[in-house]
Amino acid sequence: MKIGIAGTMESSDALITVRPSEKINIKVESTVFDYFGEQIKKTILDTLNELNIANIDVLCQDKGALDFTIKARLITAIERMKKSV
Amino acid sequence: MKNCLNRFVPEGFASFNGSNDYKNHISEYKKIPEKKKTSSYKTLGSIGEIFDYFNITNGSTLSFHHHLRNGDAVLNLVCVEIKKRDLKDIHLAASSLFPNNDLALHDLIVNQNITKITTNYLNGKTAELIGKGKLKEMLVMETHGGRARSIETGELKIDLAIIATPCVDKDGNGTGKEGKNACGVLGYAIPDLHYAKNVVLVSDTIKEKIENPELSNEYVDGLLIIDSIGDKNGIVSGTTNITKDPVGLKIARDATKLLKELGVIKNGFTMQTGAGGTSLAVASYIKKEMIENNIIGNFASGGITGYYVDMLRNGLFEKLYDVQCFDLLAVESSLVDKNHIFMDASMYGNPYYNNPIVNGLDLVVLGATEIDLDYNVNVTTDSFGKIIGGSGGHSDTANGAKITMITTQLIKSRIPIIKEKVTTISTPGEDVDILVTERGICINPKRQDLLQKLENSKLNIMKIEDLLKLSYEITTKPANIERSNEVIGVVKYRDGTIIDSIYKLKE
Repeated sequence: MKIGIAGTMESSDALITVRPSEKINIKVESTVFDYFGEQIKKTILDTLNELNIANIDVLCQDKGALDFTIKARLITAIERMKKSV
Repeated sequence: MKNCLNRFVPEGFASFNGSNDYKNHISEYKKIPEKKKTSSYKTLGSIGEIFDYFNITNGSTLSFHHHLRNGDAVLNLVCVEIKKRDLKDIHLAASSLFPNNDLALHDLIVNQNITKITTNYLNGKTAELIGKGKLKEMLVMETHGGRARSIETGELKIDLAIIATPCVDKDGNGTGKEGKNACGVLGYAIPDLHYAKNVVLVSDTIKEKIENPELSNEYVDGLLIIDSIGDKNGIVSGTTNITKDPVGLKIARDATKLLKELGVIKNGFTMQTGAGGTSLAVASYIKKEMIENNIIGNFASGGITGYYVDMLRNGLFEKLYDVQCFDLLAVESSLVDKNHIFMDASMYGNPYYNNPIVNGLDLVVLGATEIDLDYNVNVTTDSFGKIIGGSGGHSDTANGAKITMITTQLIKSRIPIIKEKVTTISTPGEDVDILVTERGICINPKRQDLLQKLENSKLNIMKIEDLLKLSYEITTKPANIERSNEVIGVVKYRDGTIIDSIYKLKE
């Protein structure tokens, strides 16, 4: 099964896991969910739109990462998924 | 009712009215009489015998100190006895609670054996349990100096002070500096010793005679010797080393440059820092400054670490005032060095003590979990409202010191430390002068004197509103979160008034 993982569960980082899917499913677990949950979802969705991806499962396990970290981890996870067999 | 900082004060409590309002009430300050003992102390054979002899019943108030910190076993042994007897409505008045008490306290709180807690600091699972609303009555959080005041005035009435004592002698005197679990000075136990209805010392070391005991037998009603009062190594909890984090070091360097520009570091100056990594890094840069310029300080105070002992031994400070030892080097020094001076909680920070040590401080360097645009500081809860500590000596030193400096990272795991309003006020902004972060330094506008001195400074001094804006540029603006209205505790300011309330966590 195709899967891509990037990041860590360290403080101020996020672990992002992606899999192919029928449509976009975004699940966010975050230590700062109450404050930034919606913003994290928006960052992920914006990044997927930029990449023209409309069929992916994204699980973001966040430990207080900033948006650029989340974006970088997401792009890396997607690249790894593409290369996995 | 709302206090002058617009924070809710539950019924039955007095409202905070400014950090120096106590000065208007000095003539009203009345201590209860110190306890008088009629006969010699009673030797007791077990915790159970203590309960029988002192008639510990439903509703009794038991007090403890926290000098053994995360190594204390005595509070836990007493909890076993409360459970065994299924006593109800016990009021636990411990100067602080640590995670090693969590297991013992859990069932007692849930089953309402303990229904009220008064303490200066708590974290871990007990804090979490109380945050969920499991403590039947109110959690009352005091400051270190405020607790002494509460006990001296009879506001906090103690039926039995159970004092874990590393060493006792045959006359019933006690000390923390000797014994197999020597933990150093016992500053926080002194108000309990002097004003509790009854006092029992619990020890694991007995000797013939203690020279100059801090716990005088004239107050001691009972003595129990057990195998072990805990583990002295547990006093070294958390960070008591200089930080290696480059951000923390940058903050400490800038803080020291600022202090230099303000002319604070000079002969005869006095200071206190916390024992956290960044605070100690500030101390280390100040030390360098002192050595390079042959500066000798008058005193350093507080909970004392080996770092300050080293400065004392190298002649950088004339003396140390120590209320509690944070590591074993400090314990040893408290025993052998006559310039390592014992202070009790009242002498340290009680606003009504005649000139407490905190009032002699030129500088205090403190931490914060949050600071707001009015410079109010939170060290009691995190930004979600979860209890993570407490003032301890934060508000006592902030009020006493001529300059109160907060050092913190601007952002911790995406949470901006600067808020429009802090979640919980521990220390009022009127007592906070300087904020040093890695991206900018803010000076409380009410300190025009400091701003004037810094007019030509090359340091990055900015308005706190601008530093908040910069935080939001990095993190994005946090959403507004809804909190429960259910009050589960109060933050008592050092004069006994309520500066803020603590709310139940959302399920």
